[in-house]
Amino acid sequence: MNRFVLPLAIFAALIALLGVGLTLNPREVPSPLIGKPAPHFELPQLHETAKTFTEREMLGKVWVLNVWASWCVSCREEHPVLLDLAASGTVPLYGLNYKDKREDGLAWLKGMGDPYRLSIYDADGKVGIDYGVYGVPETYVIDKLGVIRYKRIGPLTPQILKEKVLPLVEELGRA
Amino acid sequence: MLRVLQLLLLAATASWALAREAAPAAADPALEQRVMTLASELRCLVCQNQTIADSNAPLAEDLRNQVREKMRGGASDSEIVDYMVARYGDFVLYRPPLKLTTALLWFGPLLLLAAGFGVLLRRILRRRPAHDPEMTVSERRRAAALLAGSETERR
Repeated sequence: MNRFVLPLAIFAALIALLGVGLTLNPREVPSPLIGKPAPHFELPQLHETAKTFTEREMLGKVWVLNVWASWCVSCREEHPVLLDLAASGTVPLYGLNYKDKREDGLAWLKGMGDPYRLSIYDADGKVGIDYGVYGVPETYVIDKLGVIRYKRIGPLTPQILKEKVLPLVEELGRA
Repeated sequence: MLRVLQLLLLAATASWALAREAAPAAADPALEQRVMTLASELRCLVCQNQTIADSNAPLAEDLRNQVREKMRGGASDSEIVDYMVARYGDFVLYRPPLKLTTALLWFGPLLLLAAGFGVLLRRILRRRPAHDPEMTVSERRRAAALLAGSETERR
């Protein structure tokens, strides 16, 4: 009897380990950018092509940067959540239109509503690479000092917004 | 005659145009070789079990271009690797670096091997009988008697 205890225990531990592994999402690669200054960019705006926008303009404010594209399926799912966030007015929301055609991006915002204060236009995805973007949509919370405090890979949901993003924004706003 | 000349001219310019289109990849085979060698060390974040050399995902293509551009700019391989790690983390490396957090990954198999040897050794040692198998005097006597046939098995 005793000799079965150890193998059985090892087996149970292995099952538990694999079970936990199944619940993890391999797509959620921890970003090395958290706690680091937001990479610098200066990109033309989506609507007003002659104007540029840089993250430096946002120093002193807590803000949210959302990477989106008209070709991105989960962005469609996320869009109502962003519209709600924008309507609540709790935090300035900026968009980064990633590797899109300008007219497609504009048509998307026109058709579904524009939650962003403004969107910047990253045609070749260079700024996307600087931000470690690999699974659009992605969302960054950036603090008053311009440091990335949170990154979400994949669509925001009302739950994530309520449990993670909004409490963090509030906390950073007090700091 | 004029028509032939025109045709020739057209053919010549057409091939010239084609050659120009193919130029970027073929221009510097040594560079391309270097790009692909380094690219095969970097993981594609979208299709996670492929390197950016193998993958056709748009992001992999962008990252290859980025590697190529950096190499043209004179960056060393390790500078480019650092650049990628700064953006995507250690995960981008196909061969994980040796760190405290990855120690189990590196030495886990060795530990398992050692544990296996430990179990094996214990079993071998245990198999050796604990006491001397030699018979006592009374047993010896009884065996002799049995062999001689003067005593029958009692049980």
